[in-house]
Amino acid sequence: MRNRRTAEPSSSEITPESVFLNRRRLLAAGLGAAGLSVAASVAASVAASAAASAAASAISSSSPMVVSARGLSPGEELTPEDIVTSYNNFYEFGMDKDDPARYAHELTTDPWSVEVAGECAKPGEYAFEDIVSGFTPEERIYRFRCVEAWSMVVPWQGVPLRRILERFEPSGNARFVEFTTLYRPSEMRGQRSLFSSIDWPYVEGLRMDEAYHPLSLMAVGVYGKPLPNQNGAPLRLVVPWKYGFKSIKSIVKIRFTRRQPKTTWQLQGPQEYGFYANVNPDVSHPRWSQASERRLPSSLFEPNRIPTLPFNGYGAEVAQLYQGMDLRRDF
Amino acid sequence: MQVPNATAVAGDRQRRSLGQIIFKPCLALVLGLPALWLANAIRMELGNPGAALGADPGEAVVLFLGEWGLRFLLLGLFISPLRRRAGWNTLARSRRMVGLFAFAYLTLHFLAYVGFLAEFDGSLIVGDLTERPYIIVGALALLLLIALAATSTSGWQRRLRRNWQRLHRLVYLSVALGLLHLLWLTKDGFAEFAVYLLIFLALMVERLLARRAPTRQVAV
Repeated sequence: MRNRRTAEPSSSEITPESVFLNRRRLLAAGLGAAGLSVAASVAASVAASAAASAAASAISSSSPMVVSARGLSPGEELTPEDIVTSYNNFYEFGMDKDDPARYAHELTTDPWSVEVAGECAKPGEYAFEDIVSGFTPEERIYRFRCVEAWSMVVPWQGVPLRRILERFEPSGNARFVEFTTLYRPSEMRGQRSLFSSIDWPYVEGLRMDEAYHPLSLMAVGVYGKPLPNQNGAPLRLVVPWKYGFKSIKSIVKIRFTRRQPKTTWQLQGPQEYGFYANVNPDVSHPRWSQASERRLPSSLFEPNRIPTLPFNGYGAEVAQLYQGMDLRRDF
Repeated sequence: MQVPNATAVAGDRQRRSLGQIIFKPCLALVLGLPALWLANAIRMELGNPGAALGADPGEAVVLFLGEWGLRFLLLGLFISPLRRRAGWNTLARSRRMVGLFAFAYLTLHFLAYVGFLAEFDGSLIVGDLTERPYIIVGALALLLLIALAATSTSGWQRRLRRNWQRLHRLVYLSVALGLLHLLWLTKDGFAEFAVYLLIFLALMVERLLARRAPTRQVAV
């Protein structure tokens, strides 16, 4: 197995700026001139220094990117890029953590279109480029807490979800928004598995006020690069105060609804996975405690187990969304 | 059925072939290979975290030990049928060793959970052992194995006579609990569980058939 955490990346791991700029997505076709300069500055700094410090310097440099490290404590460090892109739950590609990184390359993400439907003025079929065009990508460094009690700190690039959804002019009837992941068994081997009980495609959803919360992000990149397939290319949700399974990947459908969507994990195990799925140390998963988490990278003799915070540490921003609700019942 | 007398057994012992003599040490080596692999992986982890066991090595170690423990328990259950159906007695002499290897892996599985995942946090472990069904059934399975390992010596075998065999049939319950443990901790993707379950069921069916067989040979 290759070395995952050496400080110096091999030269092949450092993307030459020209190659980086030729990649589509975040760049030329995607997010317009402002986005291009952001990406270029990230690329330059990545190329200039070792990968580990590069991300940090890109974030702290005076790049025009909107940098936000909301809610992070001073001691919290970014989870290294190779772990963010190699330790994934994406059951469409297999059940093991390294399956997505191994098999997600089989997925074609260009061209990519998203169907918009339901309670909105502008339903239709939108190309990926049209959905994100004209926006400047923002950098958001968020904690990412999986329901399995591990967590990471990830620098995403994306557009506030609200900006994207407003393009489709949801009507007053839209109380929820439902997202659907691509269903393409020919390229997603996990969907061909005989031993999965998941009813594909994967579906997730948010209340509209959750979706419009400033922390909710439609991510198109991570670590200054377009999303790798295993991380949900070309566009995915990031809702940092909820368990990771809410942050649905590789979205092909957005539907505005009056009723609460039936989401995949809720259908799989209603006693175990709620619709809200807010990170909550006081509500255990029936099979394991949620009071603490292993912050990755974890090592054998320093497992890096830390207390889990209510709303994953974003309570000051989001707790008011749930006033009057019993979060033990609506977990 | 032929009952060998003491002289015949002694003679048999003298006539053991080289293959039979080296079989047991070779089997021990095979059974120890996963442990050797793991020891080497941990050594690599110490020098370079993430080098061998990934981003969450504690979890990786616990799963690895649990899986090999279960596999070797099932291997142990193959031995009696092989003797019954294929007359393969060489392997039968190693049944205790296979069981003790499985026991060792599963004890380490538990200790790895205590150390690497729970970090010796007493309240967390007590919480898990009282509130988490999959951990409770796993712990029960291990408790049964402790009793079986403790009474696995020839001395206990003599002392308990026929009861020894009855007692050691608890291994079936232990494997069943272990399978339940695996089922309950699986979120999705039941391929592994299905394979182990099928093997276990096949072994149990074979024993039922053997019990009903006219030879009245006792199934173990």
